[in-house]
Amino acid sequence: MSEPKIEGIELKPGFKGMAEDTGSDQTMFKGVHWGKAMMWIFLLSDTFIFSCFLIAYMKGRGSTPVEWPNPSEVFALDAFGVPVPLLLIAIMTFVLITSSGTMALAVKYGYEKNRKMCGWLVLATAIGGLTFVGMQAFEWSKLIHEGVRPWENPFGAPQFGSFFFMITGFHGTHVSIGVIFLFIYAYKVFAGHYDQQKRGWFTSMKGDYVEIEILGLYWHFVDLVWVFIFAFFYLW
Amino acid sequence: MSEDYNDNKTIHAQSSETMGGGSAGVTPDMDYVRPAEIADQDLYHGHSFITKWIFCQDAKVIGVQYFLLATFTGVVGLILSWLMRLQLGFPGAAGFVTAEHYYQFVTMHGMIMVVYFLTALFLGGFGNYLIPLMVGARDMVFPYLNMVSFWSFFVAVAVLMASFFVPGGPTGAGWTLYPPQTILEGTPGSGAGILLMCLSLILFVAGFTMGGLNYLITVLQARTRGMTLMRMPLTVWGIFTATVLAMLAFPALLVGALMMSLDKVLGTSFFMPTILKAGEVLEYGGGSPILFQHLFWFFGHPEVYIVALPAFGIISDLISVHARKNIFGYRMMVWAIVGIGALSFFVWAHHMYVSGMNPWFGFFFATTTLIIAVPTAMKVYNWILTLWRGNIRMNTVMLWCLGFIVTFVNGGITGIFLGNVSVDVPLSDTYFVVAHFHMVMGIAPLMVIMGAIYHWFPLVAGRFLSEKLGKWHFWLTFLGAYSIYFPMHYLGFIGVPRRYYEMYDSPYVTSAVGMNEFISLAAFLVGAAQFILIYNIIKTLKTGKPAGKNPWKANSLEWLTPTVPPEHGNWGDRLPVVHRWPYDFSVPGAKDDYITQTTPPSEVSNTGVEKT
Repeated sequence: MSEPKIEGIELKPGFKGMAEDTGSDQTMFKGVHWGKAMMWIFLLSDTFIFSCFLIAYMKGRGSTPVEWPNPSEVFALDAFGVPVPLLLIAIMTFVLITSSGTMALAVKYGYEKNRKMCGWLVLATAIGGLTFVGMQAFEWSKLIHEGVRPWENPFGAPQFGSFFFMITGFHGTHVSIGVIFLFIYAYKVFAGHYDQQKRGWFTSMKGDYVEIEILGLYWHFVDLVWVFIFAFFYLW
Repeated sequence: MSEDYNDNKTIHAQSSETMGGGSAGVTPDMDYVRPAEIADQDLYHGHSFITKWIFCQDAKVIGVQYFLLATFTGVVGLILSWLMRLQLGFPGAAGFVTAEHYYQFVTMHGMIMVVYFLTALFLGGFGNYLIPLMVGARDMVFPYLNMVSFWSFFVAVAVLMASFFVPGGPTGAGWTLYPPQTILEGTPGSGAGILLMCLSLILFVAGFTMGGLNYLITVLQARTRGMTLMRMPLTVWGIFTATVLAMLAFPALLVGALMMSLDKVLGTSFFMPTILKAGEVLEYGGGSPILFQHLFWFFGHPEVYIVALPAFGIISDLISVHARKNIFGYRMMVWAIVGIGALSFFVWAHHMYVSGMNPWFGFFFATTTLIIAVPTAMKVYNWILTLWRGNIRMNTVMLWCLGFIVTFVNGGITGIFLGNVSVDVPLSDTYFVVAHFHMVMGIAPLMVIMGAIYHWFPLVAGRFLSEKLGKWHFWLTFLGAYSIYFPMHYLGFIGVPRRYYEMYDSPYVTSAVGMNEFISLAAFLVGAAQFILIYNIIKTLKTGKPAGKNPWKANSLEWLTPTVPPEHGNWGDRLPVVHRWPYDFSVPGAKDDYITQTTPPSEVSNTGVEKT
């Protein structure tokens, strides 16, 4: 990443520079695109949503009078007749984290105005996300098949199903929204909308490769949230 | 990836004659302002009636839309309060106000007034109209998102209002929506009513998030040249900090509403413990009702300050302009706003003293609650010190400001009673609580809203509201509101519980009956007095005195637009350049008693103006 530059203004590094930027006019985050700043603040707000979910989960799991199901048994998958704990989840997590990698590369090629590479990498990210959602649908249907419902389950506390479906569902919705946008952006990159600064369909604002980075921030956030969900649901 | 995309990050400065040759190495002259670092905003200008007035991307129009819709819901809330007071003052006088309806009215009145009226009005209404103008931006940074924000609010209000017409009616669980009774049979509106309420809240939060992102980024990243954070009017500081609170507090409400809907629809038991009903165990079990209380109040307490902080900010500007004095202790005021905002996240469980929590928690939350009194008291002192020896204009706006200070101090002092656990426990769920929060977050912010309407109406419509009608409006509202809420403190002390449909033959009756009748009559009067404002506005739009430019002789940017009312884009060809804070009033040696923010230092170099 190159340092942001603004003509006529000397930007200082470190804490002193931060204090100076805060005290200056016009912008607080020098050279930062409006949309990028917006995405960071949105993600902060979204962090509070997921925190509320996970804290509620901890409270619910801690206070239920019935024993909590054992995750390594519930989430085990039979591979060649042997139940392997967390097999599917390991693959899902691997796919999602990999898609973060392709996203980061897409941002790099985007800024280098390498239209083709950027487009392919955004598309690869979208396909990674889609695979994740597909595997999650498989996991849901397996659990539903085994009798797990939001209101009851054969393994123990009914809150297990409630929290599991709600939180993974909410996260899955985030991933799905991301996938839809990734496909749209992949199209926009391939069609050259960012090179020509073509105006957006709805907002009528000029397109720019910075949008890839903004979507990338969202995508990395969704992956990070998954790491927490993974730890709280599958490892606890 | 080093040199290839520098162009993306380099923003070319625009040349301007006010730069005054202040390039690097040369000593800048006194009027130097750093060059522009953000490109001029690219705006979509509507052409048809629909894109100009309905699906409009201009923050000013969106602000007015928010204002009108919030006022509409506020009138609905007002009518509900009339019906409640009718029942309380004259039990059985209106036959259709049954116990069920009474609870529904209480619930809807509370939720409408707090969320759909005050929050939407302050942040959506004043925020949208004033932020871009006051910081010198052409519009909000994401105009399209801003438009979607309003229409989400519209749908949220439509869903909320629809709950009046579904079988079972709206929810009657109290505005706090405490489970388990909220979704159990026997509570009015426990079917479709509560579901629509949850859905409406979720839509409101989604819509608000879109608006809130706009307000924050506009303040942080789209100020005009010379506009530092410490030169912003306190109105902007108040709305900005309130928006930060909202962005962090609404998530808890969203999660609570979602979990509650799942408990209702899917039969999960997030908040539902094992319940015996008529000898039978219900299917629910194992959940925690206290969890909802925590989620709700983690939203609910910051919500109080989401309403209060914009009010603090606006009142500071109104007092300063109409007392012709700089605001006393501007930096202290800013830090008090920020400090109150931060502290508001650590006090939520003072709403739950009687929920059976550990006494040490009560101790902790009582301490944090009382600490909030410190920055709040600083603000009150500063308002009074701003008035002190000021050249006070005793107009309608100033009357509302003074009314605010009195009612706010009153409500704040009763807050100190309720913040202490041992005092709160006997007063909990009595009319003392009702009196407290109506005084501090009902009447006080309302005074600010009214003051702000009389102050900024000349900007929005180009005409003065009638002072004569305004003074009638003020005195009826102010004296009437005191007549309503002052006796309620007494009702609380003698132990009259709130949310009771009727007192029947309880021992309170002898002293409470007459007082309840009096309160109800005052409530009818105050409610009716609000229609004076609506009449005033309609009359003014037709025949009001034209205001012209900067009629109050204020300093802040919203009054300095080339056209009044401002057009889309706000500033014509050239953005304003700011040289000072907006509070240079009555500067010794200055020609006028005000120096606008755009006046360069060289024009006022022989006066006693200080560098800000």
